[in-house]
Amino acid sequence: MGVQEQYPFDIEAVRADFPILDRKVGGDPEMPGEGPGDDTPLVYLDSAATSHTPDQVVDTIADYYRGYNANVHRGIHQLSQEASVAYEEAHDTVADFVGASGREEIVFTKNTTEAMNLVAYAWGLEELGPGDNVVLSQMEHHSSLVTWQQIGKRTGADVRFIEVTDEGRLDMEHAAECIDDDTQMVSVVHVSNTLGTVNPIPELAAMAHDHDAYVFADGAQSVPTRPVDVEDLGVDFLAFSGHKMCGPTGIGALYGREALLDELQPYLYGGDMIRRVSFEDSTWEDLPWKFEAGTPSIAQGIAFAAAIEYLEEIGMENVQAHEDLLAEYAYDELTALGGVEIYGPPGHDRGGLVAFNVEGVHAHDLSSILNDYGVAIRAGDHCTQPLHDELGVAASARASFYLYNTVEEIDALVEAVGEARDLFA
Amino acid sequence: MGLGSDMYRQQILDHYKNPRNYGELEDPDFTHVGENPSCGDTIRMQVALDDAGETIDAVRFTGDGCAISMASASMLSERLHGMSIEELDDLDTDDITEMLGVDISPMRVKCAVLGRQVAQDGSKIYRGELDPDDRTKTEE
Repeated sequence: MGVQEQYPFDIEAVRADFPILDRKVGGDPEMPGEGPGDDTPLVYLDSAATSHTPDQVVDTIADYYRGYNANVHRGIHQLSQEASVAYEEAHDTVADFVGASGREEIVFTKNTTEAMNLVAYAWGLEELGPGDNVVLSQMEHHSSLVTWQQIGKRTGADVRFIEVTDEGRLDMEHAAECIDDDTQMVSVVHVSNTLGTVNPIPELAAMAHDHDAYVFADGAQSVPTRPVDVEDLGVDFLAFSGHKMCGPTGIGALYGREALLDELQPYLYGGDMIRRVSFEDSTWEDLPWKFEAGTPSIAQGIAFAAAIEYLEEIGMENVQAHEDLLAEYAYDELTALGGVEIYGPPGHDRGGLVAFNVEGVHAHDLSSILNDYGVAIRAGDHCTQPLHDELGVAASARASFYLYNTVEEIDALVEAVGEARDLFA
Repeated sequence: MGLGSDMYRQQILDHYKNPRNYGELEDPDFTHVGENPSCGDTIRMQVALDDAGETIDAVRFTGDGCAISMASASMLSERLHGMSIEELDDLDTDDITEMLGVDISPMRVKCAVLGRQVAQDGSKIYRGELDPDDRTKTEE
């Protein structure tokens, strides 16, 4: 049976929802959109950076602007009510998606990074001090690493990094050494955006809670690609971005346990987050609005919910099964090609991405050559510079997959990688 | 085929695989190291001037990075020989792309100009026109 026959859903029907997948590339990159010189079919393998957006989600944005564009929580007029209801209900959709108890536990942010900063500022700056420590891992994205590193500098708290084994997994014995009674927060990436490692968050959460520390999972790569339930994970906080899961840019979410969010002071002050304001003092709105100061990303929030509805229609178990299939195929094919070093755990045990280097070819050269074949991958440090230092490389190439990618596209990747390798041999 | 394929013409690959003037000078007038943080490219340029201190007599470089940055540094090392300090100052991005003889895609220009920037900044530090603590970076 061919790998294609194992697709868990109708891939052609899914691809038809993403017209951008039909575009051609190769022309002038300073001219946005398909134009003269664009003659090579696009093979988009960069969804871990940002995913594409199906027509259903694009239509949701257009419907909002064409039909009921208005500011939320402001007016009594009908348009404002329609926008407010849709925007608020989007929080319910996101809450359901990750197993939160309700909209009180879901704060819309700009992205994962802002969600991370919200907790770092609202909780970290207030609660941390000398003698405390925050435990991260060596495979953290800069969004978490830089944030806690800087909060550590400002508060005097120690920041510790759980080491990564040669196979690209967390060293759980080292984790047990890092997490102690002075640990206040364990902030670990769920699925590594570089190694593809799926970290044992429930186990880490149990360790953290044994020491009365909070747990923050960076779900930027996991929530878009597999079923994620905050109760199953046992986390206190979870952050993720809409644009990596068929939604628009400019919208993400912070899940926080209601009792915790309730205790935190606001991170941004301004309109929409207040209940009563006098010249002397102010009181705050209920959750989650307390943390959503100013006019929010309304269209993006509503479209975020539409993206989740799109994914739920396909089923997150199916999305994960598809990712697993493509990751294993890519891992095996790149390994078989020879001269390719792949980082992280084996193909059957990783998220839907493969970071690698080709012997004798710098990742940026590789990406330039692959671009000639229409193959879009990421090249660089993937916002994990310290991890690349640990791997002993300055940069790597990364191919990442999503529900619309096919085995044929991975074949195109592998063929182009082979051409690049031969060019530099 | 787009810009990328043109970028890897034989001349570029030749300079990448067999870099000219690669190594160290025994007695350089100035040495400077610069990097391109986004891709980790690092280049060290060493320059020896003639007795008058005005004309470049010898150039050596070492580095680690992509084919575009390394080939560009290699070709520049040949080009700089016999050039005056003023002429080095005047080298701009167009001069580098002309030297390379290929179209450089917008995202890769910073790779192509790293060697030139290192040589120019080294010269300025040597003449006291730039603070040595300012490390060369091609990100702006």
